[in-house]
Amino acid sequence: MNAPLTSPTRRMFLATGGALVVSFALRPTASYAQGAKPPQPKLPGSLGKAPYLDAWIGIGGDGTVTVFTGKAELGQGIKTALLQCAAEELDVDLKTVTIVTADTERTVNEGYTAGSHSMQDSGTAILNAAAQVRGILIELAATRLNLPAEQLQARTGAVIANDGRSVAYKDLVTGEALHRVASAQSPLKNVKDFKIIGTPMHRVDIPGKVTGAPMYVQDMRPEGMLHARVVRPPNYGAELVAVDIASVEKLPGVIKVVRDGSFLAVAAQGEFQAIEAMNMLASIAQWRKVAQLPDQGTIHQFLTRLPSQDQVIANKGDPSQQGAHLLRASYTRPYLSHGSIGPSCALALMKGDKLTVWTHSQGVYPLRNSLADMLHMKPEQVHCIQVEGSGCYGHNAADDAAADAALIARAVPGRPIRVQWMREQEHGWEPFGSAMISNVSGAIDDQGRIVAWNYEVWSNTHSTRPGGPAGNLLAAQYLAQPFQPPEPKEIPMPEGGGDRNAIPIYTIPNERVVDHFIPQMPLRVSALRALGAYLNIFAIESFMDELAEAAKADPVDFRLKHLDDPRARDVVTKAAREFGWNKDKLPRGQGRGFAFARYKNLAAYCAIAVEVSVERETGVVRLGRVVAAVDSGQAVNPDGIRNQIEGAIVQSASWTLYEAVTFDRNEVTSVDWSRYPILRFPQAPESIAVHVIDRPGEKFLGTGEAGQGPAAAAIANAIADATGARLRDLPLSADRIKQAIGV
Amino acid sequence: MTVLNVNGKQHEVDADPRTPLLYVLRNDLALNAAKFGCGLGQCGACTVLVDHNPVFSCVTPIAALEGRYIRTVEDLGSTDKPGPVQRAFIEEQAAQCGYCIPGMMMRAQALLEKNAAPSDAQIREAMAPNLCRCGTQMRILRAVHRAAKLMTVELNEPREVKG
Repeated sequence: MNAPLTSPTRRMFLATGGALVVSFALRPTASYAQGAKPPQPKLPGSLGKAPYLDAWIGIGGDGTVTVFTGKAELGQGIKTALLQCAAEELDVDLKTVTIVTADTERTVNEGYTAGSHSMQDSGTAILNAAAQVRGILIELAATRLNLPAEQLQARTGAVIANDGRSVAYKDLVTGEALHRVASAQSPLKNVKDFKIIGTPMHRVDIPGKVTGAPMYVQDMRPEGMLHARVVRPPNYGAELVAVDIASVEKLPGVIKVVRDGSFLAVAAQGEFQAIEAMNMLASIAQWRKVAQLPDQGTIHQFLTRLPSQDQVIANKGDPSQQGAHLLRASYTRPYLSHGSIGPSCALALMKGDKLTVWTHSQGVYPLRNSLADMLHMKPEQVHCIQVEGSGCYGHNAADDAAADAALIARAVPGRPIRVQWMREQEHGWEPFGSAMISNVSGAIDDQGRIVAWNYEVWSNTHSTRPGGPAGNLLAAQYLAQPFQPPEPKEIPMPEGGGDRNAIPIYTIPNERVVDHFIPQMPLRVSALRALGAYLNIFAIESFMDELAEAAKADPVDFRLKHLDDPRARDVVTKAAREFGWNKDKLPRGQGRGFAFARYKNLAAYCAIAVEVSVERETGVVRLGRVVAAVDSGQAVNPDGIRNQIEGAIVQSASWTLYEAVTFDRNEVTSVDWSRYPILRFPQAPESIAVHVIDRPGEKFLGTGEAGQGPAAAAIANAIADATGARLRDLPLSADRIKQAIGV
Repeated sequence: MTVLNVNGKQHEVDADPRTPLLYVLRNDLALNAAKFGCGLGQCGACTVLVDHNPVFSCVTPIAALEGRYIRTVEDLGSTDKPGPVQRAFIEEQAAQCGYCIPGMMMRAQALLEKNAAPSDAQIREAMAPNLCRCGTQMRILRAVHRAAKLMTVELNEPREVKG
């Protein structure tokens, strides 16, 4: 029912005679954008951005319920969790509910699907909207049946009276019954009555995905579609000097070669024909190379020498205290690739003065604005529809592929254009996760308490996402009239970018944390899952173990000694207990490691314990048992939470042990899976167990990125336990381990 | 014209014989399951079976495939009637984005046709050519174990005798 290409269109809804009229629901959002104030001071979640209930929930004349979210399914299972919220509070069978995801003409603008925000923003909005719609349905039924509302209750798509009469929702909702501004208070159910929320639910998208249903933007094949490929420059900033377009346009199947400045692309009837034409164009195009990259071997020193914008983000007491022991350490991470298994893809159709784009972007509204700017169109002339792609894990080339498709569609109007990036393009041109450096010093007293903490972190930006001007779209930078990328900005605290999770969660009387934001970007970078939190948690949680060792304390006890938040303590205790954490020394070559963080210090809590074995002769690490505990607040789909944390652990293990973007002075060289190896099945942990601590009635806490940092540090701590060698530079590769243990 | 036997049906395909099978499956035959991942035979998203062996369809030209028996996920079952491997992946919820999963299922199918009860180590080894970036490996391993059991149960079920 959730196959994106067969989901009901808005026209179909209008034709059913139900009450859903999305255009009304969305209109007010636009007026807020022009400066008018919302009527309610504080509405839950994204209801504050779009307060009309029918922007979120629709009930059709045929009884079907539709949920609208401005968030995108990225493989994180958000559709299912949002459906659970709606079905629970509306009291309907989940199977009768359809969900429409991010679409600039059908859903509200909820910005990007990023930062583990979807449940907090959209989930909260849908939960409350659904409860309020149920309240309205009961009011309507009370009038209809001439009974007091107290004698009515909602049950499975109908309102039922104590006297036995019932009215189906579809018969209650007429006209604009749901076109009401939400209230700040919702008649939410008692959590004890929840039947759907909190129950492990099979994901609605998985049956289609395992049977070859057209689930992905890559699977779209509209009538008249042409296949297109882009020829990217040989390196950053290269200019296209000359290319013989005519010779390529003679190739079989080729419809058009599109050139605009240094943007070069080809559209053809067949996909293989497009690839062959792309290869031909690449071989005959003449480029002027301009860019020089820094030396990879000294990239961290290079970055710290660049000008930075410095900000003290925490300053408490007297951080210069020395204590009984003073430790210092420095940690680094390399550039990391998102490495989506499916390279980015988009479709675009220019028809008259209207552009429609099907994209796996994380933010259809921001993308729409940037596309409109690039094409000198009004945002209203651009319609962006999110369709799933391969998992992105942040800002990969999704938006760039959409820009490519839009440019080609403009040159070949009337034909749907499908652009599919090649593997080498995705690996070579995507915006990487920034390389980073952090320096930390910490002092402990003779009681084994941390008395002072100093931390500094250096990073490029973690967001060059599109949004306003077109300059963040790759192709826009290469047009004959190029768009300049906007000046990058740090993401402000409390969420932070490079400094995300840079402030320790532990209770420390004297601390100072400084963020050094480096605007100049030698390599193209943007948001990769967890942003700066991956390095900051790796550093903080590795250093906690180093301090624990200096204090001759058990790492888990040492953490608990500095943790006041009872939910943090519960997660740490749970993970340690389920793992069977103890102080016994393991045989040589085997180790155990522990780490904990609360993502952004305001989202989900996650603690992870890991056992590893290290082969001394080779430095090869094998991951044994992994046990995690997570507190995501009210758990909507516990199996969805487990799936996300399991995935985060495996992905982070891959980053942590194996991955680094490589480059020479000329270009990025890690352009395929042989030069950017990631974890394969034989390297996966022996087992992963994730324990969800449910907190009924508490706020949803974003979970998608909560495991990345703790997994990295737990592995590093386990390697240190197994080998006696502390590795502080990511990745913790076999070569580095071998070198550190001196074999 | 190249004649291809895909999922038990003969298809006459009008494409350059050098065309990799993947593009023919997806564009000419509208079979969505096999996915483009790398075009280099490095990730396994395009894995299909040819004469019961897993191959990378992104690097296998159709010229090499006449008279061979090609199978894709669409042959394993449907949403209404999923086959054992598909059922196992659903029951274990072994997907996140799911893009790599059809390739995983075909590689698992090939393994289980040769080895009805593989060990965990054998499964890991057999699945090694296929990459998953979401980190769903633990669930995929569980799904392959479960599929092995489901297949065995299915084989032992009484067959309908058509008469």
